[in-house]
Amino acid sequence: MSEATMTADVKTQDGQLEFLVKGDHHPQNGTLLGFWLYLMSDCLIFAALFATYGVLARSYAGGPTGMEVFDLSLVAINTSFLLLSSITYGFAMLQMQANRLKGTLFWLAITGLLGAAFLGLELYEFYHLIHIGATPQTSGFLTAFFALVGTHGLHVLFGIVWLVTLLFQLKKHGLIPANKRRVFCLSMFWHFLDVVWVGVFTYVYLMGVLP
Amino acid sequence: MSEHTHDHDHHEAEGPHVSLKEYVIGFVLAVILTVIPFWLVMGNVFESSTTTALLILSFMVVQIVVHMVFFLHMNFHSEGGWNMLALIFTLVLVFITLAGSLWVMISLNNNMMPGMMG
Repeated sequence: MSEATMTADVKTQDGQLEFLVKGDHHPQNGTLLGFWLYLMSDCLIFAALFATYGVLARSYAGGPTGMEVFDLSLVAINTSFLLLSSITYGFAMLQMQANRLKGTLFWLAITGLLGAAFLGLELYEFYHLIHIGATPQTSGFLTAFFALVGTHGLHVLFGIVWLVTLLFQLKKHGLIPANKRRVFCLSMFWHFLDVVWVGVFTYVYLMGVLP
Repeated sequence: MSEHTHDHDHHEAEGPHVSLKEYVIGFVLAVILTVIPFWLVMGNVFESSTTTALLILSFMVVQIVVHMVFFLHMNFHSEGGWNMLALIFTLVLVFITLAGSLWVMISLNNNMMPGMMG
């Protein structure tokens, strides 16, 4: 796992045995690891939703099929928004690493705008689907579709809320360690949502239009 | 990849050291791995749906690994290896959830009487 060498014979002042890890350093506190564990549990929510969709994907109940309702060019634009927002978040991270507040704020704002564009297009798609009668109540397929894609969209929405909050905090307090930690956590959240979206566009949209 | 590049002057900052190169490589790979599956489906490259489905699912798996490595900076060193351990455990659970649900439900469907399908 790590090339740390452990020695178990170090005693603290009160005589208790302590493990000394040489050559590797402990995380300052467990926030990043804790947040990663949260993301892993979120992963399980999405696994359940993907499994539901997988089971119901062809249960049309006389309603429209994926081939009839999915607009792949719209999905391609949405995918590029999210992918671009991933690299712009990376730029924000690089600016933060170089201790440049202005650049961090700028790239975070661009990321937020791309996220908002993604969300806007997704809401338009949902509106369009409901308008043509493809509501969540129509069939098992559409129920599972709205549940999975809607949950992902909600995550993006909360990501944007978090991002805007972070912009204000950065503006007020600057690049203090606490804010850096928050930017790191949001970066994990944001990139994680992109990973989930890779699953969504492949499994839901691309496979949904296959005959 | 950054093989344990945590030098000790970065000690006050939490999280991995990131580089522009890493993000650019990740982004270019992700774009390629996105464009190909869209092209395979939208251009009707293959006659058989099964071939296309298997191919785009493989591209999905590769792209997820790319995102994990280049954007989420996953490796065996960060956080003393604990986040990799959590990830592997989660992947096992995800696999059981997905494969198990699909397996059970598809064989249930297959064992239904033909008239009751749909």
